Amino acid sequence: MSPARKRTVRLVLALSAAVVLASALIYTSFSAANPALSPTQLLRQAQPGRSYQLTGTVEPGSVHRMGGVLDFSVQDRAGTRVVPLAYTGSVPDPFREGREVIVTVQKQGSRFVGERDSLITKCPSKYKTAPPSEKQNL
Amino acid sequence: MAGFGFICLLLALAVCAYGIAASIYGVRTRRWEYADSGRRAMYALAAVLTIAGLVLELAFISNDFAFNTVADTSSRTTPALYRVAAVWSSQEGSLLLWAWLLSLWSSLALFLTRRRLREVAAYATAILLGLGGFFVGLMVFYANPFSTTTPAPPEGVGLDPLLRFPTMMIHPPMLYSGYTLCMIPLAFGFGALLARRLQADWIGAIRRFAFAAWLFLGIGILLGARWSYAELGWGGYWGWDAVENASLMPWLTATAFLHSLMIQEKRGMLKVWNVSLVLATGTLAIMGTFLVRSGVLNSIHAFGGSTLGVPFVCLIGVLIAASIYLVVSRREMLRSENRLDSLLSRESMFLANNLVLVGLCFVIFWGTYFPLISEAVTGQESSVGPPWFDRYTVPLALVLVLLSGIGPVIAWRRATLANARRNFLAPVAVALLALAALAAAGLAHKPLALAMFCLGAFVLAVVAQEFVRGTRVRRAMAGESVPRALASLVQRNRRRYGGYIVHVGIAVLFIGVAASSSFQHASELQLSPGQSTKVGPYTVRYVRPTASITPKYDRAHTGSTVAFGAEVDVSKNGRHVTTLSPSEGYYASGEVSQGTVGSLIGGQPVSHVSIDGGVTRDIWGAVEPNIETGRLKKIVDAGNRTLSSDEAIVAIGLLAKEYIKKPPPAQFHFIVSPLVMWIWIGGLIVFLGGLVAVWPAPSTVRARAAARIRARSPRDLVRA
Repeated sequence: MSPARKRTVRLVLALSAAVVLASALIYTSFSAANPALSPTQLLRQAQPGRSYQLTGTVEPGSVHRMGGVLDFSVQDRAGTRVVPLAYTGSVPDPFREGREVIVTVQKQGSRFVGERDSLITKCPSKYKTAPPSEKQNL
Repeated sequence: MAGFGFICLLLALAVCAYGIAASIYGVRTRRWEYADSGRRAMYALAAVLTIAGLVLELAFISNDFAFNTVADTSSRTTPALYRVAAVWSSQEGSLLLWAWLLSLWSSLALFLTRRRLREVAAYATAILLGLGGFFVGLMVFYANPFSTTTPAPPEGVGLDPLLRFPTMMIHPPMLYSGYTLCMIPLAFGFGALLARRLQADWIGAIRRFAFAAWLFLGIGILLGARWSYAELGWGGYWGWDAVENASLMPWLTATAFLHSLMIQEKRGMLKVWNVSLVLATGTLAIMGTFLVRSGVLNSIHAFGGSTLGVPFVCLIGVLIAASIYLVVSRREMLRSENRLDSLLSRESMFLANNLVLVGLCFVIFWGTYFPLISEAVTGQESSVGPPWFDRYTVPLALVLVLLSGIGPVIAWRRATLANARRNFLAPVAVALLALAALAAAGLAHKPLALAMFCLGAFVLAVVAQEFVRGTRVRRAMAGESVPRALASLVQRNRRRYGGYIVHVGIAVLFIGVAASSSFQHASELQLSPGQSTKVGPYTVRYVRPTASITPKYDRAHTGSTVAFGAEVDVSKNGRHVTTLSPSEGYYASGEVSQGTVGSLIGGQPVSHVSIDGGVTRDIWGAVEPNIETGRLKKIVDAGNRTLSSDEAIVAIGLLAKEYIKKPPPAQFHFIVSPLVMWIWIGGLIVFLGGLVAVWPAPSTVRARAAARIRARSPRDLVRA
């Protein structure tokens, strides 16, 4: 085999390997991904056994701790639909009633269970009240 | 003062505009005095931004709440040390920090290249000033750090308590130094392409800056990980969060080009690849900055709800388009001078390392931006979690560590069997011994961790062998003592041996990551005083509750009003090991609606984690006390009704007493993980190795000085 031909073969092999790996990556990302849903969407389309990323705010007055389980409800921004769920695992410091959270949940029977350690509270820098500059604009 | 600060910004913008025009005019018309003037504009920018930074810093130190950024991110109760660092906790302040660091590092780079690479440096000056102007422009038009409110509020909101942590003070300057240093290779790369001067000399000029960028970025990432581990109440150091990933990506591509630049210098190969990596690293650094600021992705760290997305997207678009255009249009000049001789050579190992690093970067890029990608493709925003990242990054990391052992000792051009035997026999034997010992110790059920330990042992053995051989040669040649031979060995080839030390650090770090993530014991449960639980081989017992009224007596000195915690006894087989004292700090919220007492503790509670660190294992504990019980609530309510804000602290005292007397059960989180300390030690070794490699060797400094004297004397003779 001539050196030029050898190089071409090598290049084709390397490129096909890269394409195969990239397709595996893309395929698994789509199949392993959890859809991000609001409470309204979750209640409409959740199927048992699948994981979803639930985003919304913690409903005021809904937080209760029973042993190692944290019960709370996530509501839409408008506050219309509410998803109550049971969660175990670490709770970020900024977790509060009324704060925006992201949590991975699964439907088990008729209720929702949070995946262990999946709770994220959005943006700790936003816990403050509207800064003076924004107040001025209001 | 605020007006003066803003004038500084306007001046900075003008300086940038002038400098860009002067540099480009100078290089286009070959009137180099204009290019020099453009370079001096960069020094002027550094000076003006230093003054602007000082104005803002002064406002923070003197609690000038007329400044909106001060009122939003600082307060009188924020400890003085953290007030100084609060400057860069806001969007506006961090933009100023970015621009300031960029101007400083650029000034240094341009100063050092002032007598070389005239054309390339002139273009680079224009590009660096353009980037500086972009950030100053953002401050002037979108996020002014000097905006004010009159009358000034009497008290500020306070620095986010989560950020009141020592490493958090230096994390942003380190990370931003890394990001801004990435701009220097980017600018010189663009400069070399624009000036069509693509020999290796521009690479020589920026190599040290590229290395410094890599080093600072790495330290910044590690400090962030340390903060996450020791301050956030979840006990992890890496969570594949979007912002963490954003800083890791340019670090990976920088690691790649630091290696492939060597091939270009030695063999004149991989020119397109190198210049593309340099440009990609710069662009990824800008994207990292953008990700934190734009709020496009959900992250725990990001500045939310920002309006800076559009200008950043434009800048990134321009960078990508310019990179592609320039590389494609100059491709003829970027031809390789040599070809790969063999797949078993140092060149091909470096190439493989580059492919793995870029592959890692691509995996992380895909996972990080997946929410945007999936929304564009399927219309449904989805995201991938840590397991997805682990599936790809763990095997790639294993290959990377293996290559970091092979790369330094395999021969250039073509490795022979004799050469391979000479270099790899002992290290492979060490790795196999480690494998046998660890398997005998019962670690075979975690094959990936086991593989990482063996590969780590392999790398350590390779480097040790190199040091031993080098020292032996020096001893034979110069007859020096062992320590002296070792020191002169390193001193005479700092880059090479500094690089080896970096490899040792990386191996140690990865061993720490593999051990702590694979062999961790964790327990989360509610305990009352006197109760105990098992965490791995340890028994932890909640001895008694603690309360400290602060800010004066706050153990962590973070300015909380009150901290409730626990004393926890840790024992193993009945013998006392250590005492942990985790607590949770409660901070003032400043919200009147919570009442006089309620507002003193109504802010965000923050865990003060307690860690007993050791070389073999860390015992990590956090507590979340329950202060929402009936009796404690009653005290707050009664205080709210009867006490003025001056007297409210009395109720906090009562609250603490009541908590100690009848403590409600508290929620605990304990983690025992082995070798976490190795991560930080590995980071430290990398840092030391980096310093060795990046520090100018005394011999070259002396040689340069001598050359200058020699160069001067004939001139002096002529004059005389």
